[in-house]
Amino acid sequence: MSIESSGTAEPSTPSTPSEPSATAGRAACAGATAARGGFIELDGLVKSFTVRRKAGVLRRTKHEVRAVDGISFSVARGEMVGYIGPNGAGKSTTIKMLTGILVPTSGRLTVAGLDPARERTRLARRIGVVFGQRTTLWWDLPLRDSYHLMRRMYRIPDARYRQNLDHCTELLDLGPLMDVPVRQLSLGQRMRGDIAAALLHDPEVLYLDEPTIGLDVVSKAKVREFLRTVNEELGTTVLLTTHDLTDIEQLCERVMVIDHGRLVHDGGLDALHADGGSERTLVVDLERELPPIEVEGARAVRVEGPRQWLAFPASASAAPLVAEIAAEYPLVDLSVREPAIEDVIARMYADRSAL
Amino acid sequence: MAEDLRAVEGSRLADGVRAYLIIAWMWVRSTMAYRASFIMLTIGQFLGSGLDFAAIMLMFAHTPHLGGFSLGEVAFLYGTSGVALGLADLLIGNTDKLGQRVRDGSFDTLLVRPVPVFAQVAADRFALRRVGRISQTAVVLGWSFTVIEVDWTVGRVLMVPLMILSGTAIFGSLFVLGAAFQFWASDAAEVQNAFIYGGNTLTQFPPTVFAKDLVRGATFLVPLAFVNWMPALYILGRPDPLALPRLMDFASPVAAALSCAVAALAWRAGLRGYRSTGS
Repeated sequence: MSIESSGTAEPSTPSTPSEPSATAGRAACAGATAARGGFIELDGLVKSFTVRRKAGVLRRTKHEVRAVDGISFSVARGEMVGYIGPNGAGKSTTIKMLTGILVPTSGRLTVAGLDPARERTRLARRIGVVFGQRTTLWWDLPLRDSYHLMRRMYRIPDARYRQNLDHCTELLDLGPLMDVPVRQLSLGQRMRGDIAAALLHDPEVLYLDEPTIGLDVVSKAKVREFLRTVNEELGTTVLLTTHDLTDIEQLCERVMVIDHGRLVHDGGLDALHADGGSERTLVVDLERELPPIEVEGARAVRVEGPRQWLAFPASASAAPLVAEIAAEYPLVDLSVREPAIEDVIARMYADRSAL
Repeated sequence: MAEDLRAVEGSRLADGVRAYLIIAWMWVRSTMAYRASFIMLTIGQFLGSGLDFAAIMLMFAHTPHLGGFSLGEVAFLYGTSGVALGLADLLIGNTDKLGQRVRDGSFDTLLVRPVPVFAQVAADRFALRRVGRISQTAVVLGWSFTVIEVDWTVGRVLMVPLMILSGTAIFGSLFVLGAAFQFWASDAAEVQNAFIYGGNTLTQFPPTVFAKDLVRGATFLVPLAFVNWMPALYILGRPDPLALPRLMDFASPVAAALSCAVAALAWRAGLRGYRSTGS
């Protein structure tokens, strides 16, 4: 699993050698793909479906549904980006267009300089895909046989294959699972097996659709740790969709939020908090039950006996607030709670639908 | 430009065949891990498909002729059609699992691999045990040669492998046609089975047993008649119940090529439809 091999899989492709170090990989916006902008480049991408609904015994009405409604973004080589949104927001549709499974209705799209829809099989050698909900492995074959098939299909050179497999086996603890048929693996084991399968051919981009869905805490941690290593050591570009915002918090410096087929946020996690107008919560314990505290810059959102919850803007400092409350109320104890990203995003959605 | 395109198409075909062999071989190897079970299943297929012919023999116990055909001649029809179906089933019979793959979404996983999708679908779960059916029908065919009275000219001898190959291609394209249909209606496997296995039963009997309109429908709607009736009539030196021109006796390869072309177009259309709708 090393970087310089990315060109060996398909000599005819003028592929860019990835940067060997993590920092260079991250900053590698200016690779050979710079002429086209990013490594993954979307410009006004649209995918619409025609949905037929029953409107009587025989009559059907047609509706056009825009699953992806004009999305533009650019991902640099070596970046690790989170792509989140509620169910049906268009995440999977985007991934399917990026991998060439679906043909876009309109808009421009390039991955590694290729048009995914038209050059699907060529692109396939250069990307790795993990679908969290379904396996790319052969259900009835042991992991070892599945990997062997991958090697032949992707024409991975022997030495490279062995090196990559050993690396994945070690980091993902696959050793004892090698001879077990895939259908007998637990969800977490299967997911690890799937991730290894997606990386055997040294892909330049790795797409993960819900890679931690349904996994236990230990498996989640292992998967995250591995993805971080792959991104940092190999400079693999990673795009992952998830429902678990801890994935994003721990892995991605950049997060894109999609809702109703539109990109509603693209930037850092901090900016997401600011965007969503998120609030922190001050939890104060008073000596006795009192009516809701009234202070400037905060509002009481909940009162439960002597304990009160006060919401204040995430950007404001808690210190003056605490000082004011301490001066006017019989304060016993207090704590500050950071906003949960779920709430931030929920608020973002609420704001959008209110508009 | 055109040469370029042909080179690309050619290498795609080579890629596809290579991928097919790789996947099929992997399934054979994994089957052989349970050798005893494989042998049992193969024998089971051999016996199971033998029951069909036992039923035919039972009918002949009551009458020496069926629609003017003797038991040997029926065995010849049965054998050629059975071997053709068996080969088609062995090679690409698993395409009928496509609907299930479309329904559960696992078809997407095939589209992100660098080999032609059709090869992956066709080779999926390659089942060598199907040689059980092929060998049973081949035995019947072999036996029929010893009992039918045929004036074996060069043309008639060559016609035998030709009709089996054409039949394989025609049954195969029916499988593909049915699979392509499943892109739109993912429960179409049953409709397809009615055609293929129904068609097989039909071709195991001489055409004169059936009503004329049915035969005409089978000749023109589904080119099943070409699988063996037309060439068999030629080999056995029989008159055609529809009195079509004698040239039609030799039309099997043409019918096979046409049905393959139709199947290929349908597959492409189905795949294109899938990639634009995702369902």
